[in-house]
Amino acid sequence: MDKFDVHTGRVAPLRRSNVDTDQIIPAEYLKRIGRTGFGDGLFAAWRADEPEFVLNQPRYAGASILVAGADFGTGSSREHAVWALQDGGFRAVLAPRFGDIFRGNSLKAGLLTVLLPEATIADLWDRAEADPTAEVTVDLERREVRYADRAVGFELDDHTRWRLLNGLDDISLTLRQADGITAFEAQRPAWLPRVPVPVPAEPAR
Amino acid sequence: MSGTLAEKLWETHVVRRADGEPDLLYVDLHLVHEVTSPQAFEGLRLAGRPVRRPDLTLATEDHNVPTAGAAVGPAGTVLQIEDSVSRTQLETLRRNCADFGVRLYPMGDYEQGIVHVIGPQLGLTQPGLTIVCGDSHTSTHGAFGALAFGIGTSEVEHVLATQTLPQRKPKTMAVTVTGRLRPGVTAKDVILAIIAKIGTGGGQGHVIEYRGEAIEAMSMEARMTVCNMSIEAGAKAGLVAPDETTFAYLKNCPHAPAGADWDEALAYWRTLRSEPDAVFDREVVLDAATLSPYVSWGTNPGQAVPLGSPVPDPAAMADPAERAAAVKALAYMGLTAGTPMRDIRVDTVFLGSCTNGRIEDLRAAAEVLRGQRVADGVRMLVVPGSMRVKEHAELEGLDEVFRAAGAEWRSAGCSMCLGMNPDKLAPGERSASTSNRNFEGRQGKGGRTHLVSPLVAAATAIAGHLATPDEI
Repeated sequence: MDKFDVHTGRVAPLRRSNVDTDQIIPAEYLKRIGRTGFGDGLFAAWRADEPEFVLNQPRYAGASILVAGADFGTGSSREHAVWALQDGGFRAVLAPRFGDIFRGNSLKAGLLTVLLPEATIADLWDRAEADPTAEVTVDLERREVRYADRAVGFELDDHTRWRLLNGLDDISLTLRQADGITAFEAQRPAWLPRVPVPVPAEPAR
Repeated sequence: MSGTLAEKLWETHVVRRADGEPDLLYVDLHLVHEVTSPQAFEGLRLAGRPVRRPDLTLATEDHNVPTAGAAVGPAGTVLQIEDSVSRTQLETLRRNCADFGVRLYPMGDYEQGIVHVIGPQLGLTQPGLTIVCGDSHTSTHGAFGALAFGIGTSEVEHVLATQTLPQRKPKTMAVTVTGRLRPGVTAKDVILAIIAKIGTGGGQGHVIEYRGEAIEAMSMEARMTVCNMSIEAGAKAGLVAPDETTFAYLKNCPHAPAGADWDEALAYWRTLRSEPDAVFDREVVLDAATLSPYVSWGTNPGQAVPLGSPVPDPAAMADPAERAAAVKALAYMGLTAGTPMRDIRVDTVFLGSCTNGRIEDLRAAAEVLRGQRVADGVRMLVVPGSMRVKEHAELEGLDEVFRAAGAEWRSAGCSMCLGMNPDKLAPGERSASTSNRNFEGRQGKGGRTHLVSPLVAAATAIAGHLATPDEI
C-alpha cells in the first residue's frame, strides 16, 4: 500500500448523498479477478446516462479529491468500489458520513476517507464549482483539511493514521501476534464447528 | 456497551487488546464465494502465505452462477457459462480452493447455494460464533446469536492468512418489536418498516439486537430475513439472542454438536443473552400490530411505504436532501407522486435471494399461487436459495405449483438479486423482488426494483400489479 501523508489536489464535487457502491462500481465489473483496471467502471451508469455528471465535465478532469454528501459508500461490501476510485485518480474522499464497510475498505487500501461537517462539505462544493482549479490539501499528519485560508480538523484514530503514514500492511502487523493467535486457538472449546477439509487426491501412479 | 449480547460475543473473541489499537478478534467461521476472493487468494500467493485454518473456511459459488437450463453437470465442470470473464472467475475459485485446501461446494454439488443459506442449513452457523464473509449480507447469521458481519477483499485476505481481524468495538442498538404481527405481515415487512423508521444510515456504527415478542415468535428463517437486511439500515451487524427455537433448528443440522458436546454447547448457548439491565447506545421500539405489508418505491431500501399508501410526494418532505433524493428516485423509477402503490404494474417477479430464498418463503408463495396463474405479460423466476432447499421444495411438490402457475423453477444462486449473472432486468423493466436492494441498476442497468415479501411477490405475479394475497 502506498503511504499517505499530505496530498494536495483538485476537487470533484459530487452533490449527492446516499451514494451506494452499486453506483460507484456496478456488479458487471465484479466479474474481474484482478485488483486494478477498474477506472472504466467508476460511476459507469451515471457517466453513461448523464452528460452533466461531474466526472463527465472536462473542467474537473484530473481531480484527485472527491467531495460527496452523507452516507457515501453504503450497500454492498465490494472493495472494488475503492479500487475504482483509486484507478479513477482519487486519493481521498471527503464526506459527512460513510458506509461502515466501505470506510474500512478504503482505509485498508490507502484511499483516505475523511469525515467533515456538512457545512464544510457544502463550502468545498461551492468553491470547487466556482473555481475547479482551486486546490485543497488533505494533511493526514496534522489531521487537517486546508483550503483558501481555512483549516478544518478531522478525526482519525492514531493507529490507522500511523499505519497509513507508513504504508504498513495489516497482515504483517497481525502476524507479529502469531503466538497470541495460537494460544487463543488452544483454549477454544473442542465442540466448535469445523468444516470438513477436502482430502488431497492421490497422485496418479 | 454494557451487559449486551454483542459485548459478550465481542469479549470472548479478543485475541489481543492494546492501548490505541483496534482489538484483534478471532474468526470462528469464514465463508467465501467467487466474487470477493480472487484478489485475496492472489495476495496470499504473492506473499507465500497459506490459509491458516482451512477447517474454519467454507467456499461456495453463488453470485455469478447461472440458474437456468438443464441440471448442472458433475461437480467440477463449469457448464452453461457463456461469458468467459465469469467462467474465469469460477475457475479461479476452484483452483484457489484446490491449491489452498479449502472445502468448496461448486455448481452441481448438493450442498451448493447462496453462502448465507448454506451456512445455517449445514449447522455451521451457531450461537456465540464470529462469522465473516466478503459479502454485506453476512449479517444474516446473526439470527443465531452469532456476531456476523461483511468484510472487503483485503479483510478476506487477512482472515485467510491469520484467522483474525482487527476491529473497533461498535455501538449497540436495541430494536424491540412488541406485540404480534397481523396475518399476512411477515419478517420482510418488519425489517422494511424498521429501515424506513431509522433510515439507511440510522444503524451506522451499531450492532442491532432485535428483541421483543414479535421477534421471539419468529422462526429461524424469519429471523434470518430480519438480520439479513440490517446492513440496509447501515448497521455493522444484526443479532437475535438464541432460544429454544434456535436450539430446535440446530439439533438435527449436520455440523451441530452431538452427544455430550451438544449438552456442553447448549449450556453455553443459554448464557448468550443481554443482561436484563444491559445498556444500549440507542433504543428503538415498534409495535408489531401497527405493521402491514411494505413495499419500496424508490432507489434505496429506506424509501418504502405500506402497500396501501400512495407514492410519496417529495414536496411534502421537509429535509432538502431527502426531497432531492426522492425527486431523483421517482424519475429513475418512472413513478408519479400520489399514484397508489397498488396501481403499479410489474413485468417481472423474483422470488429468491439470501433474504427470502428459503423453504418457508417458497411455501408461503406457493400457497398463494396454488391453482392460480401468473398474469399475462409477467415473468416470474423462483430461485431456491440452495440445492437442498430446491430438493426440499420438490419433495413437497412446490416446484409443480410454481410451474403450473407459469413461473420458472430454477437452480440455486444469487440470481436476479444483483444483475451480474444472466438473470437480470432489461432497461425499463420493473420487478417485484424478494431481494434486499433496489439501488439504481441493481438488478440490471435501468432496471426498476420494488422490494416486497414472498406473499406480496406471489400476489403481484397473479395480479400483474403490486398486491397482497387477500386481493386475489
